[in-house]
Amino acid sequence: MPRKSAIKLLFATGPSINTRLLVAVIASIALLATEQTSIRLDPLRATLSFFIDPIKYLVNLPSTLIEQTSDSISSYTALKKENERLREEQLIQQTRLLKFAALEKENIRLRALLENSFKLGEQVLVAELLSINMDPYEHIVQVNKGTRFGVHPQQPVLDANGVVGQVIRSLPLSSEIMLITDPNHAIPVQVNRNGLLTIAVGSGQMNRLNLPYLPNNADIQPGDLLITSGLGGTFPQGYPVAVVDEFTPEPNKPFASITATPKAMLNRNRELMIVWSNTTPIPLTSPQKANDKKTETPADE
Amino acid sequence: MNNYYGFGRIILTIVLAMCLRIAPMPDMMAAINPDWVLLSLIYWSLAMPERVGIFHAWAFGLLTDVLMGKLFGQYALAYSLVIYLCLKLHKRLRQYPLIQQGLFIFFCLLLSQLLLFWIKNLQHPSQLHPSFWLPVITGTLCWPLVYTMLRFIRLSRRAK
Repeated sequence: MPRKSAIKLLFATGPSINTRLLVAVIASIALLATEQTSIRLDPLRATLSFFIDPIKYLVNLPSTLIEQTSDSISSYTALKKENERLREEQLIQQTRLLKFAALEKENIRLRALLENSFKLGEQVLVAELLSINMDPYEHIVQVNKGTRFGVHPQQPVLDANGVVGQVIRSLPLSSEIMLITDPNHAIPVQVNRNGLLTIAVGSGQMNRLNLPYLPNNADIQPGDLLITSGLGGTFPQGYPVAVVDEFTPEPNKPFASITATPKAMLNRNRELMIVWSNTTPIPLTSPQKANDKKTETPADE
Repeated sequence: MNNYYGFGRIILTIVLAMCLRIAPMPDMMAAINPDWVLLSLIYWSLAMPERVGIFHAWAFGLLTDVLMGKLFGQYALAYSLVIYLCLKLHKRLRQYPLIQQGLFIFFCLLLSQLLLFWIKNLQHPSQLHPSFWLPVITGTLCWPLVYTMLRFIRLSRRAK
């Protein structure tokens, strides 16, 4: 029976191999052109990812198992010590937060006085890194939360120390995150000391960012903390990004060469935080003015 | 149904190849990790040209695009072109000694990598490390291994 079918297949009539190639090539080029310019193919990618994501989770399984077993066989005293340390840390953070809440309220009030809009607090979701290997020439990692959890492209991603990167593509069960060190990534930053604005560009190395757009006389020095400036709208303002570690003026070139080290532990952390920034700004007008307007409108009618 | 006799094994080996493709490993190893999916597709198209056609290669290419998080179509394009060459030449290639076969595999992998490089450059021109081409060489070196493994899998089916 199989032999017969093989013979049938051998003489199968259908489009010739050249025609098939032509169709495949045209289809590929059409897909490439479509996806580069629009998001129309996202549903197709989401559907195919249902076949592919199990593979990713399968590859991720051994490292998860190793982590879990090491957790379960770690000794009682070690666990107790860690617990104690964490509780202390938690207490300190809690007290800091108490003060922070009051400061935030004050800041919002002051900004309202200055008629300045201010973004409210952010929501976070903890996602875990999948230990799989992607293209070694791109700094893109995958996490185990996707559109099922409401993750969407261009969301900022942080860890406990600073900014990690942003979501570039979200599938139902996983999403891809571009790190700030990717050569194609740039993040608007400001120097914490004096508010100097610039852009930090990824270098392609895990522990380095470049600041290529500052002139030779810029007020910046090694040790300066760079925080997100909030310009561009992707990253919320005020999160630490990197610390400047080298400032080399180049007298014969328009811009100095400055490098910085990211604050986030890009190659060590397994847990990342995906951030939703609440984009409703505080109303610009004070309550007094709003009341005035209310009384005005009926009068106009 | 008969058309897909033995197709399960092909899919299984390609899923395995995909796992190998994204398996976590040190940076040095990751840079030379060959394109296992293409290697196994080449094997199956040479061994069973009546079962693995251009459209199969194209479909697996699309899945690889999703796997590697690339724009749709680049692996699909590379794979369907390479498999076209394999299907055109499979009768001659089967007679070749291993070294000559290896040379052909080298050119197939080079063609695929060249296409990927070209599409990458169209998207965002960037300098590329010379080690981008290393997977072509390691892939060729791995060919005898892939060949023996997949041949073993194919023939064990027949024995049953």
